[in-house]
Amino acid sequence: MPTIVVDVMPKPEILDPQGKAVGAALPRIGIEGFSQVRQGKRFELTVDGEVTEEVLAAARTAAETLLSNPVIEDVVAVTVEGA
Amino acid sequence: MTARIGVVTFPGTLDDRDAARAVRLAGAEAVPLWHAAESLDDVDAVVLPGGFSYGDYLRAGAIARFAPIMDLIVDAAHGGMPVLGICNGFQLLTEVHLLPGSMIKNDHLHFVCRDQTLRIENAETAWTTEYRQGEDITIPLKNQDGQYVADDYTLDQLEAEGRVAFRYVGWNPNGSRRDIAGITNERGNVVGLMPHPEHAVEPGFGPDSREAGRHGTDGLAFFTSAIKGLLATA
Repeated sequence: MPTIVVDVMPKPEILDPQGKAVGAALPRIGIEGFSQVRQGKRFELTVDGEVTEEVLAAARTAAETLLSNPVIEDVVAVTVEGA
Repeated sequence: MTARIGVVTFPGTLDDRDAARAVRLAGAEAVPLWHAAESLDDVDAVVLPGGFSYGDYLRAGAIARFAPIMDLIVDAAHGGMPVLGICNGFQLLTEVHLLPGSMIKNDHLHFVCRDQTLRIENAETAWTTEYRQGEDITIPLKNQDGQYVADDYTLDQLEAEGRVAFRYVGWNPNGSRRDIAGITNERGNVVGLMPHPEHAVEPGFGPDSREAGRHGTDGLAFFTSAIKGLLATA
C-alpha cells in the first residue's frame, strides 16, 4: 500500500534541546566529525487505494494543522513512497 | 450570586481536581466540563488545567486543541470570558492560537518540579487583579516541555503591550525566552502560565512560606481575581 511520508523539523532559529543532547552523545561513543544534530519527526500516512491529488492535499493539510506547529516547526517534505 | 467556573478534563489531564478545589476555596462553584461536551454549561469562566492531554505524544496540547469543547472556549474567549490555562492548559492555549508562541522541551532536558518564584508583571488581567503590580509570588512548577519560545517580533510586541504577565525570578527553570513564565492576550481575559497556582491555595498543602512549611497560598488570588471581576460585571 502506498504511504505518504511527512517530515517535520524544528525551525532553524529554534533551539533543539533533543538534537543538542544527541549531538553531545556522539563523541562519547567515539563518533566524531559532526558539528550539529537536529532531531525532527517523520510521519507515515498509509493510504487505502491510490494517492490522488485529493489525498495528497489532505495529507498536506494534516501536515500543516495537526502534525506540525508553524510557530516552532517546518514541514520540510511531503512525499509518496511505495506507489 | 455565585460565580460558576468550569474546569475542563481531557483524557490525560491530571490537575483538574486540584483546579476545581482551588475554585471552591476561592468562593466559586466549580463546574466539571468534559472535553467532548457540546455546551459550556453556562459557566462564567474556564480553567484549562495541567497534565498530559492525549499523552502529549505529538506535541503538548496539539491533539486536545481539536476537542469539541475547544471551539466553544475559543468563541467564549473572543467574547471576553476569562480563560486560564495552567501548564498543559497554557500549551493548549498556544496550540489553539488564543495566545502567541509555543512551548518546547526544557533547555536542560529534565523534568523539573520545584517551588518557583515569579513576578506579577501585569496585575490588570482577569486573573491577576488581586495581586500588586511587581509582587513576587511562590507557587509550584512541574514540567518537561516548559520552555516558552516565540520570534523576537512577537516577544517585543508582548513586552511593549505589557502582555508578559509573569516572569521567573531568581532562576529561569526551563530556558524560556526573556524569563517568561506566562502571558495574556490583548484584552487580558485569556491568561496562560507554566507554574501551578492551583497547588498553592490552602495552608498545609502548598509551597513552604515564611510563616510555616507548606503554608504558601500565593496561588489563591488567581481565582479570587476572576471571581471578583465576574461579580463586578454581573
